[in-house]
Amino acid sequence: MIDFELTPEEEAAIASAHKEAEESLRPVARYYDEHEHESPEELIERLWERERRGEGLLGLGMAAAFRIEEMCWGDAGLMLCSPGPGLGGAAILATGTQEQQQRFLKRFSEGEPKWGAMAMTEPGAGSDTAAITATARQDGDEWVLNGEKIFVTGGKRALDESNGLVVVWATVDKSAGRAGMKAFVVEAGTPGVRVEKVENKLGIRASDTATIILEDCRVPYGNILGSPEVKVDRAKSAGFRGAMATFDATRPIVCAMALGVGRAALDFVKETFEKEGIKIRYGLPRQKLTSLERDVMEMEAQYKAAKMLTLRSVWMMSQFQPNSLEASMAKAKTGLAVTRITQKAVELMGPLGYSRKYLLEKWMRDAKINDIFEGTGQVNTLVVARRILDYSREQLK
Amino acid sequence: MVSFSPSEEQQMIVNMVKEFVNDQMRPVFRECDESGEIPTHIIDTSWELGLVSSSIPEEHGGAGWEHSAVTGSLIAEELAWGDLSMAMHILCPALVVLPILEMGTEEQKKKYLPAFCAEKYQTATAALIEPRFNFDPSSLSTTARANGNNYVLNGEKCYVPLASEADFLLVYADENGSSSSQGFIIEKGTPGLEIGEREKNMGIKALATYELSLKDCRIPEENRLGGKKGCDFNRIMNSSRVALAAMAVGVARAAFEYSRDYAKERVAFGEPIASRQAIAFMLAEMATEIDATRLMAWEAAWKLDRKEEATREASLLKMYADDMVLMVTDRAVQILGGHGYIRDHPVELWLRNGRGFTAFDGMAMV
Repeated sequence: MIDFELTPEEEAAIASAHKEAEESLRPVARYYDEHEHESPEELIERLWERERRGEGLLGLGMAAAFRIEEMCWGDAGLMLCSPGPGLGGAAILATGTQEQQQRFLKRFSEGEPKWGAMAMTEPGAGSDTAAITATARQDGDEWVLNGEKIFVTGGKRALDESNGLVVVWATVDKSAGRAGMKAFVVEAGTPGVRVEKVENKLGIRASDTATIILEDCRVPYGNILGSPEVKVDRAKSAGFRGAMATFDATRPIVCAMALGVGRAALDFVKETFEKEGIKIRYGLPRQKLTSLERDVMEMEAQYKAAKMLTLRSVWMMSQFQPNSLEASMAKAKTGLAVTRITQKAVELMGPLGYSRKYLLEKWMRDAKINDIFEGTGQVNTLVVARRILDYSREQLK
Repeated sequence: MVSFSPSEEQQMIVNMVKEFVNDQMRPVFRECDESGEIPTHIIDTSWELGLVSSSIPEEHGGAGWEHSAVTGSLIAEELAWGDLSMAMHILCPALVVLPILEMGTEEQKKKYLPAFCAEKYQTATAALIEPRFNFDPSSLSTTARANGNNYVLNGEKCYVPLASEADFLLVYADENGSSSSQGFIIEKGTPGLEIGEREKNMGIKALATYELSLKDCRIPEENRLGGKKGCDFNRIMNSSRVALAAMAVGVARAAFEYSRDYAKERVAFGEPIASRQAIAFMLAEMATEIDATRLMAWEAAWKLDRKEEATREASLLKMYADDMVLMVTDRAVQILGGHGYIRDHPVELWLRNGRGFTAFDGMAMV
């Protein structure tokens, strides 16, 4: 039955995450934006406690998505520093065996704070993930990884600052194209893997974005996620499907992040107007609304549309329904919607919007990443287009 | 618990409506737009589906199903996918049935509802829109003045579907200069009610709409919708917003599907035009916005079903849907290029119909 009622558990998850966001993320958001490579130690401890209490951010269900939205309403950069399995964990959950999930994810519920990350992008391969050149060669009961990975969110914390892990995508057979793409779990401390540098960014500065070098990095044979077999069955290849299955699971999560940032900006605009005695008169015909009311309503409607598409893609995932089309729809829509919402908010707030005295300008910078990572708006639109047209990548380039 | 899956019962109703739409409406909708007439048998057959009467309580002769705005929006989308004029015609009696069902007095229910449970389509309609550019449903120019045991109504209305055949008209008016809109039931033939010429509009050409004027039209006070309590006008408007948004989704989906199929067939520069990103991306965005609007409509409808205040959701939804349907239908014409401009293809019809949603207020309810 079509229903939008949240369960008491979901309500509680939202309330608790919102409180955390308000009390411990917002107050330090500006500081860590301006001190880019400093680590929010105290906050990390707090968030690690939450993770261990089972109120973490991993999970493919509704509650996790709601939590992530609230935390990103607090601060998206700081949310990304939250210790836990992260996108690497999502990949393991989406494609790993029971045994692998147990072996790799257990660490995230015990001991010191740890991070999981995912390494896909390379200097020569962004949206075109099938063009990656990092290699994995089998040598006895080990895989030997070589290559350079960039833009690894949380890569430094995963490898250098904790006993975490990175899921590295590499090809086992370059000639097999996307069929040869496989994911490997590289644990912190593995010889041959190192963090080369950490990027300086437009936004989400509290989150580290690392370049990782793999030089004859040896991982156990059992660290491959999914089947090691190379099936050259065009688009149906298991390896690439694994990558895509991971994206189907991670895109809705990234959408939830985006929604948090967009809502932060919207709330700020509405609160500011309210203080000035400006009320949005919903229900009036358009020609009677002020331009300002129309702008706010437009922003709210965009947020709502993005949220609905996101919730649907999360819900499908939680029902184990294939959600590739819906996740890409949500991602394309949400990334662009929050980019526009935050940019418009800066305009509406005039000199306040541009000032670093308020967090709004930061949210605009933070929001932009959502239109880029986990697939740019364009690459997600391409996925949607191929699906609705029933076209292969050869038919629609 | 959040769910995006219609119930089995809803799915059955949707399938039934889909079948009707495909068999009866789609083969003739273009002709109907050209001739301005809808074949009577289509309206009669639609009536047999019980789309309006099913939620009338058994004591008044109906099936007594629990009314659901969510189910209503599923139905509205499918019918409008078939044809907007026919969808509005078929659902027109609901403009009287639903307000009476939800807000009418016991006497009003007893008096009016049984007629809608008969075998034949019962024509009834509502008059809300007024002919001025800055029309605002919450501040109507049509007035209802209390006078003894009567109300006296004066004013002009337009876009009143089926007014000339309707046995009952629910007219919305500003009561005693209070800036509060209330509904008044006027029966056919009441002195002072003058139905004008059939209107000529850019779209919804198969739907017969009329101007009407009220000149000292006197009705008994018991014809005030909801009696002394009156009606919840906001809720009526919100129900209308949801219904129209769902219909906008239906129109947009029709245009999207047609232009998608065309783009896969049409070859230019040696390849189907759909294989170029310029076209494919338009289609992807159309599909995405259609889905987003549908889900927003479901959510607002769900709020209505829970009897929650939904003005914010319904207004945002309506605004979004108005923009969406125009964007989608315009692009459908664009994708067909010159062919889209020719009346051999239906996309120009959908653009004309799609453009109308910003003007349609209160012309459908769920």
